[in-house]
Amino acid sequence: MPESSMIGSRIRERRVMNGIRQSELARRVGISPSYLNLIEHNRRRIGGKTLLAIADVLEVEPALLSEGAEAALIAGLREAAGTQAAQGVETARAEEFAGRFPGWARLLVDLHGRAGALERTVETLTDRLAHDPHLADSLHEVISTVTAIRSTSSILVETEALEPEWQNRFHRNIDEDSRRLAEGAESLVRYLEGAANTEAEIKSPQDELLAFLSAHGFHFPALEGDAGPQVARRIVEQAEALVSDAARRLALDALEQYRADAARLPLERVLEEMRRDPAPERLAQVFDCDLPTSFRRIAALPESEAGLVGLVSCDASGALTFRRPFPRFAMPRDAGACALWPLFQVLGQPQVPLRMRLRQAGRGQETVLALAAAEQISPATFERPALMRAHMLILPDSSDGRESAGDGADSAGAIGGRVVRDVGVSCRICPLRECAARREPSIVADGF
Amino acid sequence: MGKRVLLIEDEPNIIEAVSFILSRDGWDVKTHSNGHDAIDAVRARAPDLVILDVMLPGKSGFDILHEIRADSDLSGMPVLMLTARGQVKDRELAEQSGVNRYMTKPFSNADVLEVVRSMVAS
Repeated sequence: MPESSMIGSRIRERRVMNGIRQSELARRVGISPSYLNLIEHNRRRIGGKTLLAIADVLEVEPALLSEGAEAALIAGLREAAGTQAAQGVETARAEEFAGRFPGWARLLVDLHGRAGALERTVETLTDRLAHDPHLADSLHEVISTVTAIRSTSSILVETEALEPEWQNRFHRNIDEDSRRLAEGAESLVRYLEGAANTEAEIKSPQDELLAFLSAHGFHFPALEGDAGPQVARRIVEQAEALVSDAARRLALDALEQYRADAARLPLERVLEEMRRDPAPERLAQVFDCDLPTSFRRIAALPESEAGLVGLVSCDASGALTFRRPFPRFAMPRDAGACALWPLFQVLGQPQVPLRMRLRQAGRGQETVLALAAAEQISPATFERPALMRAHMLILPDSSDGRESAGDGADSAGAIGGRVVRDVGVSCRICPLRECAARREPSIVADGF
Repeated sequence: MGKRVLLIEDEPNIIEAVSFILSRDGWDVKTHSNGHDAIDAVRARAPDLVILDVMLPGKSGFDILHEIRADSDLSGMPVLMLTARGQVKDRELAEQSGVNRYMTKPFSNADVLEVVRSMVAS
């Protein structure tokens, strides 16, 4: 994690909170007040002994000063500002806000998440009412029967001198229809009662899957070795994070894939090879598997062994079907991701995997290493094309040619001899200017 | 000789009730109860008016209306549509497809008579 440009602001904030004068702090740390002033205005870099000394005097963890609030919290704030389309939000000062009021910031992000979940619930319910075939059928049945009863009964009441055979016939029809109506109403009530109880808290199945996989750290020791299909089923059955049937099915598919990958690339040997050389393409060669399998396997290793790993997969429509989050690379939850991600590029040329460094706009100058590859998951027929899926593995960028802060104006510039591509998260919260891939205006007015 | 009406509806007891009230009003009523070949029935019967349900087995009332309007002999045929849903979307769809009038189920017999009479008189 590189030192942030905001260290000075946090020192100043902390100092004011503790009621210490600038000159006093400088004296106790053993630096000149003017030098401390430059530090506090983020105009001098600070590290090592001076930082430790200042942290000591201010009685805070040095990490709190050097790293500030978590990147995830800041990303959450930006997302909240983006989706609320709020006017006058100081998006450029999100980091400062998160650093100064971490509790409030977390509350805001939590509330935003909760609002999003509730919105999805409303959407799902609306959708259910409008498009639920069972409900539509039941209602149609009830309305048809009511129509017949109404028309028939008014004939009986309004027609003078109705012949007895007609009278009998219409009486019989009403009797028949009223019975149908009773049944229809009953099944409607039963259905609505049932609907209210099942999947009470409606998250998207993808959200549930992510919660389930995250709770297990994306690693399932029970599925390593020669686990049978019943092991995967038992894990899914016992998972509390999986509420809906749809999510359970997704989870079962994910675990079956895990089991197949684990059988092909046994854990012990993978770890041994990774220690020798962690390059995913080498792993693919050693085990004679394709790149997506090697990506998935690496993304299924415990963090203690493999370090930070992110993986994001999509289908041919660009919908994200799998996410293992990566702390320095944000992935949108429901909105469309940035079209510049190599993840989408490999769908156009499935035989050409890509490896490049990515710098996500609005997230400082950090870069990550992205490896993208596509696979065919179902062959083409004369009725439909082959079904494709793309995967992008995100790894920490180990090359050292990092740019100095504030020098990010030229995009796709070569750093340390290798190209860096500037990408976003999703358009609404992306500060990239004059981006040809933009599909909706950004609410982030200025670059960070 | 009464005016001829063709009722395209799949609910037997609605067919019976509507046929009854229209017959008593002096109409010559013919009925047809599926969507597949409804257009053939319209051509064969050549009625003065078509009463068309939206939800039919085989083909929707909207599709049948399109077929009627696409046929040069039938393009001027007065069509009364019966829809179970009073939804704006259905009404818009009906109007775009060139319906003359529509009624929402459940309807009153008096309304049916009044609308049907006005459609053929005009």
